[in-house]
Amino acid sequence: MRNLSARVRGAPGRLLRDVSLSVAAGEVRGLVGESGAGKSMIGKAVLGILPRAVEVLSGEILLDGTDLLRLAPDDRRRRIGASCALIPQDPLTALNPSRRIGPQITDRLVDILGWSRTKAQSRARDLLAEVQITDPDRVLRQYPHELSGGMRQRVLIASAFAAEPKLIVADEPTTALDVTVQKEVLRLIAGMQARHGTALLFVTHDLGVVSKVCQSLTVLYGGLVVEDTAVRDFFPAPAHPYARALLAATPKYTDPGSSLVPVPRQVLDGIQAQVDAADRGWRHG
Amino acid sequence: MADGRGQMRHRVGLRLWLSAGWLTLLCLAALLAPWISPKDPLAQDLFLGRLPPFWMEGAEPGYWLGTDSLGRDVLSRILHGARVAMTVALVAGTVTCLIGAALGLLAGVLHGWVDIVISRLIDIWMAFPPVLFSILLIAVIGPGLGAIILAIVVIDWTRFARVVRAEAMAQAAMDYVASAQVAGRGRLGTMLVEILPNVLPMIVVLLTLEMGIAVIVEAILSFVNLSISTDDPTWGGMIAEGRTSVHQAWWVLVFPLITLFLTVLSFSQLGEGLKDRFDPVLR
Repeated sequence: MRNLSARVRGAPGRLLRDVSLSVAAGEVRGLVGESGAGKSMIGKAVLGILPRAVEVLSGEILLDGTDLLRLAPDDRRRRIGASCALIPQDPLTALNPSRRIGPQITDRLVDILGWSRTKAQSRARDLLAEVQITDPDRVLRQYPHELSGGMRQRVLIASAFAAEPKLIVADEPTTALDVTVQKEVLRLIAGMQARHGTALLFVTHDLGVVSKVCQSLTVLYGGLVVEDTAVRDFFPAPAHPYARALLAATPKYTDPGSSLVPVPRQVLDGIQAQVDAADRGWRHG
Repeated sequence: MADGRGQMRHRVGLRLWLSAGWLTLLCLAALLAPWISPKDPLAQDLFLGRLPPFWMEGAEPGYWLGTDSLGRDVLSRILHGARVAMTVALVAGTVTCLIGAALGLLAGVLHGWVDIVISRLIDIWMAFPPVLFSILLIAVIGPGLGAIILAIVVIDWTRFARVVRAEAMAQAAMDYVASAQVAGRGRLGTMLVEILPNVLPMIVVLLTLEMGIAVIVEAILSFVNLSISTDDPTWGGMIAEGRTSVHQAWWVLVFPLITLFLTVLSFSQLGEGLKDRFDPVLR
């Protein structure tokens, strides 16, 4: 993704301010930031599901050298369907309640990749087994309401990997889950990603999760990239003051007596100046 | 715990079966009216006027529910009246549902100018007082079965469009729709495969309610003599006639009224019962 800018239609400010980031095959990139920083917006832009009210002002989204934004809507839909997937945030609303699990996984294989029903069916069975669902055949015939939250998230993970996509966007996949299930799901996603060699864009606000699963990291503030680095460089010495403050603000379980540290005022002022500077260039250009 | 659930299921089942049973009975009566009616519903016999129903003194054998002031058999007239009532209910209800739900779904899923046009149309439409509007319509196109059905469709499609639009919008905002779109589903597919099945339980409930409403509208129009032009008996017409002689012969008014009441009640309960039974989210 290069120099992507977007805004709410008709609104003066920008949601994304010249965001550039890339995810290489087999890489897991964390995308962190506060609420409203534009993390989910980036994920949605890549997948072509931006809300109607949001328009892309400039920039390009490159997938294997093709700019997705330049494709005709139908081609883009097929292209994204064949090579991108989403692991959504809330497993409770991410499966269609009135359809069985089976077709929800296999539809894409049949419609976009042109597989036969039987082939897609056996593929779905294998995937469910891979995410450690004990009775795949039964689950394929069940409706979402018959499954628990953790089970549904597994189904969604399996479904995301179904078409062997090049890129998967995981939009806070563990936020809606129980803490005990979270760890398991994380391990599952990381394991699947490693086995399939998929590029994974991991949207989250939890730096702890980033340190466990990601290799590289992009920090957003107000739609502006403030840090873009490898995870192993970031945690010992974050470059940007905001990133440093963010890291300091992470609660430490090792020291239960410590109070929460807010991001200092001057850091926020500094970053706001940076945002304003970016916008000045944009207005005159 | 188990007992409570058992009773609950039983009650739900009973509601469904009672209402479905009554409506089936009515449909059969409507279909078979010429063969099962004990008398000719139009035959007048002034010597047999205002005969009471069978359990009262002075009843004549063969006239189970008595006769009206012109000596016509009440039971036969109710059975024949079911023909008009059920035709209107099924045809008008279904057509209204199809048109209203289709427009509502389009408005809810497509947004943009489609939504604006349909929504404003609904707003304008709902500003007309329905009964006056239907009387006006019938006055213009002339009475008849087709006219009644048309009037109901033209007036009541907003009922479906409004509710289906809101529900479709709520469903379209769910994550599963976004997932399906990432998986390459187009707009038409999203609408028909993802959203429609989730709006369907609500459409079914609305449909059965609408059928009940259609029965009432037909009765109202018959009551004010704007229904079908022939002498064919209708429940609304019977109620209107019975009203004038309620002190001498209450049965002419009461029996069609009870039939009408049970029918409308059954339609609404059928919808609720079906929803409880088949909605995968509630089940």
